[in-house]
Amino acid sequence: MPISFDDLINPGLHPEYEPAPIFSDDTSFIDVVKPEDIKSSTLTIDETRQPVVMVDNLHVKYQVFSSGKAVGTAGARRLLQPKMRGVRTVHALKGVSFVAYENESIGIIGSNGSGKSTLLRAITGLTPPASGAVYARSRPSLLGVGAALIPDLSGDKNITLGGLALGYNRQEVETMRDEITKFAELEEFIDLPMRTYSSGMAARLKFAIAASKQHDILIVDEALAVGDAKFRKRSEAKIREIRENAGTVFLVSHSMNSIKETCNRCIWIEKGVQKMDGDPDTVIKAYQQHKK
Amino acid sequence: MTVAEEADKFGLHRVGARPTLASYLKQTWERREFIYELAKARVQKQNQQNRLGMIWVVLKPTMNAIMYGVIFGVLQGDSKGPDFPVFVVIGVFLFEFFTSSMNGGAKSITGNQALVQSLSFPRLTLPVAQVTQNLLTLMPMVVVMFIYAMILGTTPKWTWLVIIPLLMIFSVFNMGIALICARITVHIRDFTQILPLITRMLFYTSGVLFSVDRILNHWPWLVRIFDFHPLYQTLQIARAMIMNDATYDPFAWIVVSVWALLALGFGLIYFWKAEELYGRAN
Repeated sequence: MPISFDDLINPGLHPEYEPAPIFSDDTSFIDVVKPEDIKSSTLTIDETRQPVVMVDNLHVKYQVFSSGKAVGTAGARRLLQPKMRGVRTVHALKGVSFVAYENESIGIIGSNGSGKSTLLRAITGLTPPASGAVYARSRPSLLGVGAALIPDLSGDKNITLGGLALGYNRQEVETMRDEITKFAELEEFIDLPMRTYSSGMAARLKFAIAASKQHDILIVDEALAVGDAKFRKRSEAKIREIRENAGTVFLVSHSMNSIKETCNRCIWIEKGVQKMDGDPDTVIKAYQQHKK
Repeated sequence: MTVAEEADKFGLHRVGARPTLASYLKQTWERREFIYELAKARVQKQNQQNRLGMIWVVLKPTMNAIMYGVIFGVLQGDSKGPDFPVFVVIGVFLFEFFTSSMNGGAKSITGNQALVQSLSFPRLTLPVAQVTQNLLTLMPMVVVMFIYAMILGTTPKWTWLVIIPLLMIFSVFNMGIALICARITVHIRDFTQILPLITRMLFYTSGVLFSVDRILNHWPWLVRIFDFHPLYQTLQIARAMIMNDATYDPFAWIVVSVWALLALGFGLIYFWKAEELYGRAN
């Protein structure tokens, strides 16, 4: 039977069009496996050395609203339906396990979006794991303080604020103040509001405050060496110094040279899966082979 | 052996685990200097770019009080009671402390996402810093409030000092409310959208602008409810202490204290329970 044009456009003849959900409806991240529910250990621990960080079968999932369209009907639906549509679950880490020992420098490599930053955040406890857990001797700290500072205040006040945010008391901040100012090379500008600083000057101040802290377990992200060539050299030296004083260091970098230079162990993560763990030279060689 | 036991053997603790309430409070107490400094810095920052600077702290509520005073003074005609200008000034100035704590508290976690995600400290410091900031803002407001009261013909008396313990109780109450709102916003961001409505509703139902006994005397049961209204009773005590011939029921002290303790107790536990949730990146 030939279909007339009127039939084609008659809404009564057609079921209402509802697009299939593109993204997974998996909301299983809500059923977080509690660490005490995990019965058996999958880790092998070298008893002769002192473990500092244990990462046990770590899964991290993000819940992402997948498009900006979710406001209208989908928004109302989201209220009514327990199962959320238009919500995509990104499985960022799929079972990472390792034990870090004292005096180890661990480089973490992998291509963009492979989960390196997620792993760092999970180790510091800033991103809660969907299952598995991270155990550590003391709370690992990220080298960074920028978020605690207020651009409208002077550099001097920001040193106080940043130092207190890092957990110092007021006296300790006072003793560090001159050193921080000098390291940041901001002696003449320290009384000006931070928003009047150039981006390089602000970055220097942030770095100088953050680098004043001694860490037991330290996590260093790659883009930390900041400023002009001269300051970059000094900040790299400072990072090296901090690294030497810290008990255990995690270093995320895209620069294979700096990993080779400073790490005695390397973990390669690809698409959330732990590909390799071992001697830096071997792991980096395998990683570079994979990228070709 | 489970991993947890194994970790325990080597003296390792789970990262990001919620501490016990006692050690949580202790950690927060250790950050008291940070709380104070953050609050002070934010007060300074607030009005720095404005030409009149810190004067706005008192100018804004003054303008509010004048506006509400004129409108509601005219509307209420003869039923507005004696010393109506002082009545409104006390109401508007003190209520401002409550609103700013509630609104600021609601945004204290979600509005500081970057800070929460980059440094580890007990998150309780953020709502506490918010209420501290509002308390610091309130200080000059209270001074100005007394000046207005004197200009408007109130004679200074010793009971004015009672405002200090009253504000302490009021701060405790506001802190509890701020903590509750902080966590609600983390679960439901939409909460900040209806918050202005809630604030306004409370503003018009807390006797900020009218005397409940006079306006609602046809409905005695409604007046009974206001006897247990934490905000109204706080304002009533303040008015009785400051104004020339305002009276209050001493029972109000019990009402505001119980409310304050309940709000803080519930707020603390409610906020602490979700400590692992704050800063979750999604």
